[in-house]
Amino acid sequence: MAKLLEVAGLKAYYGPTQALFDVSFSLDQGGVITLLGANGAGKSTTLRAICGMVRADGSIQLDGKSIGGKATEDIVRLGVGHVPEGRGTFARLSVDENLRVAAHVRKDRAAALRDRDMVLEYFPILKARLSQQAGTLSGGEQQMLAISRALMLGPRLMLLDEPSFGLAPLIVQEIFRIMRRINAESGVSMLLVEQNAALALDLADHAYVLETGRVVMAGAAAVVKSDAAIRKSYLGY
Amino acid sequence: MEQLIQQIASGLANGAIYASLALALVMIFVSTDHINFAQGEMAMFSAYVCWQMMQWGLNFWIALPLVALGSFFAGVAIQRIILQPLHNAPVLSVVVVFIGLLTIFHSLAGGIWSFTIKEFPSPFPKVVFAGSGYLGSHQVGMILVTLLLLVGLYAFFRFTPLGLAMRAAAQNPASARLVGVRVDWMLALGWGLAAAVGAVAGAMVAPVVYLEPNMMASILLYGFASALVGGISSPGGAVAGGFIVGVLENLIAYFGNLLEKASGLYLIGNGEKLSVALVIVIIVLTLKPDGLFGQVSVKRV
Repeated sequence: MAKLLEVAGLKAYYGPTQALFDVSFSLDQGGVITLLGANGAGKSTTLRAICGMVRADGSIQLDGKSIGGKATEDIVRLGVGHVPEGRGTFARLSVDENLRVAAHVRKDRAAALRDRDMVLEYFPILKARLSQQAGTLSGGEQQMLAISRALMLGPRLMLLDEPSFGLAPLIVQEIFRIMRRINAESGVSMLLVEQNAALALDLADHAYVLETGRVVMAGAAAVVKSDAAIRKSYLGY
Repeated sequence: MEQLIQQIASGLANGAIYASLALALVMIFVSTDHINFAQGEMAMFSAYVCWQMMQWGLNFWIALPLVALGSFFAGVAIQRIILQPLHNAPVLSVVVVFIGLLTIFHSLAGGIWSFTIKEFPSPFPKVVFAGSGYLGSHQVGMILVTLLLLVGLYAFFRFTPLGLAMRAAAQNPASARLVGVRVDWMLALGWGLAAAVGAVAGAMVAPVVYLEPNMMASILLYGFASALVGGISSPGGAVAGGFIVGVLENLIAYFGNLLEKASGLYLIGNGEKLSVALVIVIIVLTLKPDGLFGQVSVKRV
């Protein structure tokens, strides 16, 4: 199958501190992979490196074309929807404006309107909140808004940084259910970073385990999930 | 009583100018967290260019849009060429650049047009209208132009995709990049708009204070005071602050004069007007650091 994203020998730095040493993985067209690991393993940094938000070396290819060294806004415009850690919604803009600002980069107005109907169908609660300031939403609603905003870019690839963070289990289940639907229905590939390994392994087809900036283990999600030794030593459950 | 109304009316007219300058300051502040000390001198320079065009025979109402447009591009260029390379520099370096710009525009204007005071004709026809006993036609014109400017900017930020992108970039630059907003260009655009607004303010105030390189010095101070009173992060607040400061300074001088007449005690008068602006700044910063209409800035630790 064609690879949508291929990352090889990725290194990343925060100032003089090296955070990633050698991270390699690939994501099939339409697939879902997850990066697992403890706090500080470099999961979020990997997502930031793909989006050009931190200084990075190594090869990052989207659809066979290198995107390393490009500006964040140009990478985003190539179809990469990043749902950042902490959601990053525009708190003082309305829900509607949060969605519109993402749509303004789209050239195809009709497609943007269709996507808008689509996300409001996925997350009907947002429809009721369109004119409300995003900062007044609950955590779960903000996460839904962040995912919707990324979808409004019409992405081929979504980078999701801990979508379950700080949310009640029921909300998390709902969000993951909808993410599975989005992947199945619109064929958006997903790169998911999660602390909640069990949840992530349910959604993903491949998993990579990171430890201090290196990939230490990789395999099919089902295998990782059923291997008690891996679970115990890397995922702690 | 009549005199009181007159003082309030002319305070509103002065306030219109403070409001436009405050608006220009806010425009840059919301997106960069910087106060552009050179804003006044940039406005002064634009006013000179406008005057020069009129000397060449252009009608004011043709010259002003041209100057505003030129100032817009100059503002964009200043941000892109001078300030963009400094985007990671400490605040103090940026302040030095602002002071440098201030000096450059000041001496450039003096060099080109000399430091002698020039008259700048009012663009508004002298007509008699109801209430013209209180306000001259130029003062009414200043107020109208300011309100028009405000409505135009409001519509731009509220209803256009570009305005929305600028607001997003100002609020959360990292998130804005993640939805494809070219944040650096949005900052430049903010500078351009500020320069254009300043140009209009300069051309409006020049007939009142006359044209000379120092013309904006005290007005910029009032502009600061207005922006702080209204809340430096709120464009609407800045305009309200402008009118408040304009009326307040006149009222204080007026009541100072009354007091002097009644008791012979000279406490405060026209001479102390400028100090009033500074006192207002200090009081606001002490009691309500975010201004009357400003967003309370909270940072998550």
